[in-house]
Amino acid sequence: MSITLFGTAGSTCTSRVLTTLFEKQVQDFVLKNVNLAKGEQKKPEYLKLQPFGVIPVLQDGDLTIFESRAIARYVSDKYEGQGTPLFGKTEKERALVNQWLEVESQNYNPVVSSIAYQLVFGPRIGLKPDEKVVEQQLQKFEKVLDIYEEHLAKNEYLAGNFFSLADLSHIPYTYLLLHQAKKGEGITSRKHVKAWWDKISSRPSWKQLLDLRAQS
Amino acid sequence: MASLKVYGKAYSANVTRVLTTLAEKNVDDYQIVPIDLLTGGNKTPEYLKLQPFGQIPAFQDGDFTLYESRAIARYISDKYEGQGTALFGKTVRDKVLVNQWLEVESQNYNPCVWKIVFECVFSQMFEGRPTNEAVVKEQLEKLEKILDVYEGQLTHHKYLAGDLFSLADLAHIPVTNNLINVAKKGELFSSRKHLNAWWEDISSRPSWQKVVQIMQAEQQEQK
Repeated sequence: MSITLFGTAGSTCTSRVLTTLFEKQVQDFVLKNVNLAKGEQKKPEYLKLQPFGVIPVLQDGDLTIFESRAIARYVSDKYEGQGTPLFGKTEKERALVNQWLEVESQNYNPVVSSIAYQLVFGPRIGLKPDEKVVEQQLQKFEKVLDIYEEHLAKNEYLAGNFFSLADLSHIPYTYLLLHQAKKGEGITSRKHVKAWWDKISSRPSWKQLLDLRAQS
Repeated sequence: MASLKVYGKAYSANVTRVLTTLAEKNVDDYQIVPIDLLTGGNKTPEYLKLQPFGQIPAFQDGDFTLYESRAIARYISDKYEGQGTALFGKTVRDKVLVNQWLEVESQNYNPCVWKIVFECVFSQMFEGRPTNEAVVKEQLEKLEKILDVYEGQLTHHKYLAGDLFSLADLAHIPVTNNLINVAKKGELFSSRKHLNAWWEDISSRPSWQKVVQIMQAEQQEQK
């Protein structure tokens, strides 16, 4: 068992990695819980692994990797021969997966995580939501989702007619938006975005992640 | 006629991220198709067909269209793997670390730096309002902490992913240029020995120098 993943099943970014592992049919790894409430991620031993003091970190033998999207790429490459191909089959398909991974990173995630901070993470540490910020971000999100809707009307998944890491990368924060922040109307009111969401969130890999959360 | 097209303007850090990658891979047979944010060139129906988010750059290789500068840079690195600088190192470990620091740039560095640059330089031009000093202060505090981590990393390694220059370093160049030379926040770098040495090194590469010339030529044309 060479892989150790430091993080928590409840964390969005750790979930991105866990779901990738499950999608690649990798079950043989250790999940080492990091106690965020006790600030374990800011202690010297953890900072040696992840100097920015956030989760997750993955160790594979003497290789240490942080940033969930980079870890997910590593897992996809290492286990290329098994599970779901996460970067398509051709050079162009790969390029489109990379494009939509960047769209998630640059256009989708900042908006969703801002709403998540206001409505979910901030309140956990005693902060009051700033309704003005939430409203602004939701308006931004509507514009982004209009583009996704038009795109998904012509493509089953983001990079084409195949599931890829680009779709997977959206799952954890979108799930949080819908089920914890309770601001999912943008997703559920758009026919093709909803169909895409229903499909990707009912994959066995995400179900396995939710089961793991339930057990934690 | 060049089959490679970069849509955008060289005043954009995202556009120059692509131009610098092309230069590192010794690719100069491409065309820049001007798309000017200031005149709404990015909102025309024709452009939105290429880049539905209305952002620059967009990129075409023949009839294949791609957007998002970091994805375009990856495509160029892969397509021209056999020439120019190896932008993902040589080993599996190299590649992993390049991907890691590309994400650090994407998730931590760029959002913070961009907010500072936008407030200090572009708030009037794009949103018709003065600099929000509270935002600048907050983001500078964040950036100081991030740069301390970079200083630590660069104390032990010449470049972010190890001893070789990579796409991870390159990805930082355009927006760092904005931070230091346009927003005039150079003391953040000059006060950190190894960070500063890294910046001096990567910003003096021929690829970036070539892009600076393209930027200057574009500015001249505007006059």
